[in-house]
Amino acid sequence: MATKASRAAARLMISPAVLLLLGWMIVPLSLTVYFSFLRYNLLMPGDNPFVGWENYQWFVTDTSFTAAMVNTLLLVGGVLLITVLGGILFALLLDQPMWGQGVIRIMVIAPFFVMPTVSGLVWKNMFMNPVNGIFGHIAQGLGMAPIDFFSQVPLLSIIGIVSWQWLPFATLILLTALQSLDQEQLEAAEMDGASWPARFWFIMLPHLARAITVVILIQTIFLLSVFAEILVTTNGGPGTATTNLTYLIYVSSLLQYDVGMGSAGGVIAIILANIVAIFLMRMIGKNLDA
Amino acid sequence: MARATAPARKALTTAIAGTLAFVMFFPILWIVVLSFKSEVDAIRAPLQVLSSGWTLDSYGAVQERSDYFKHFWNSVIISLGSTFLGLLVAIPAAWAMAFVPGKQTRNVLMWMLSTKMLPPVGVLVPIYLLFINFGLLDTRIGLVVVLMLINLPIIIWMLYTYFREIPGEILEAARMDGASLREEVLYVLTPMALPGIASTILLNVILAWNEAFWTLNLTASRAAPLTAFIASYSSPEGLFYAKLSAASVMAIAPILIMGWFSQKQLVRGLTFGAVK
Repeated sequence: MATKASRAAARLMISPAVLLLLGWMIVPLSLTVYFSFLRYNLLMPGDNPFVGWENYQWFVTDTSFTAAMVNTLLLVGGVLLITVLGGILFALLLDQPMWGQGVIRIMVIAPFFVMPTVSGLVWKNMFMNPVNGIFGHIAQGLGMAPIDFFSQVPLLSIIGIVSWQWLPFATLILLTALQSLDQEQLEAAEMDGASWPARFWFIMLPHLARAITVVILIQTIFLLSVFAEILVTTNGGPGTATTNLTYLIYVSSLLQYDVGMGSAGGVIAIILANIVAIFLMRMIGKNLDA
Repeated sequence: MARATAPARKALTTAIAGTLAFVMFFPILWIVVLSFKSEVDAIRAPLQVLSSGWTLDSYGAVQERSDYFKHFWNSVIISLGSTFLGLLVAIPAAWAMAFVPGKQTRNVLMWMLSTKMLPPVGVLVPIYLLFINFGLLDTRIGLVVVLMLINLPIIIWMLYTYFREIPGEILEAARMDGASLREEVLYVLTPMALPGIASTILLNVILAWNEAFWTLNLTASRAAPLTAFIASYSSPEGLFYAKLSAASVMAIAPILIMGWFSQKQLVRGLTFGAVK
């Protein structure tokens, strides 16, 4: 029952938000695209000539780019695998009747609220340090050689830390979805003699499918941008063993001051994220109509 | 009808879930323990750590050596500032879209969401250069603005989903009973919208408090919030386990407590209403 006047008022109320987001999107984005075609290094003053696709060529043909793409893929894929499978297990478990459910649930979810720099440093020092870390102490106690996590299995260590942070998120979302499942349907299936695996496979999993997709898409968006955990633990090393795309762009822009190169990398990162975003937006858009 | 569960089975589930929950929570628990130990004791084997004496020294030392409260205060200002600035812009927008939806509302909402998908690193260079040019590097106001912008889509979306649940008929009824616009907003709308606004504030303070890309890249020391302050422990001070633990405990404690209150809102906020 919107009148003409109320529509005008509505437009006025929306406009500050739209203008701000429009500015936030257009200004930096067009600057990134613009810089990516310039030879522009903050350490080398002078004019910044237009060089066409040169930055992209350098960025993409560099061996660290290939390494970073592979690492990004392994990091995102590894964490997704662990958190989705683990999240389903945790959600199924937490959905069962038990004592102290509230406390148990809170303990499982807590890691999500730990800031990335803290979780990176705590895992690095208190757990994975070969001399003073808990894992080191345990290995010594068992008479084994302690593992030097960040030099022997650097990427795996990062995957472990990031998974610890995101497993609670997957658990929470999947648990919420599981709780909206119609219990009578499950009971009916049970009375008809469907075994637990059958009930899981034919009723629970299809019901969870949507939530699982949402978890995968949202986590992918965030996991493509993992940064602080790498910065405080390995600095992308040893070599480029833990350099993901985000970290590589950070290195070329803020450590090597190569504005052109960093921007070219930035454009590539945006394109990659957009591929994921398109699928995510479709899912959310569908929900909006419902 | 809920089925009665055999106590044996319930006990088994509790034991398994409790063990897993303990494993997940253990790193947090462990830094709490270490924060009350001396540096010498903190690097011992776990059982020796537990049997050693307790002390509050590390908490004092963290403040003394690095002015902890300055960074804590920065975190407070940046997370609260960006959230309230965001609300100021978001409440009218979400309001209008929820109560006066037009043909374009859906597209506007989706477009706002799409700005959230922009990877921060994609605009790192221009933002960094703009910050240098405008003298915003290492200032709190700069971070307030950036964090407000990156969280604005989430704020608007959350508020929109909450506002949409307020039945429009109630407003009409109030109008029919002769309520003025001011009375309508003050006595009918605000009380119904408050829980949603409170949840939105909670989740966004958490997100801003833990944000660790812009806070690390755009601050040095003056405006550094706790995320950046803790990062300064990466080396060689990270070897001081007790102090690192004390600093970490103080940095995550307020958010952990807020987080426990916001579990439900977290789902709604971070999935943009796709899972409720």
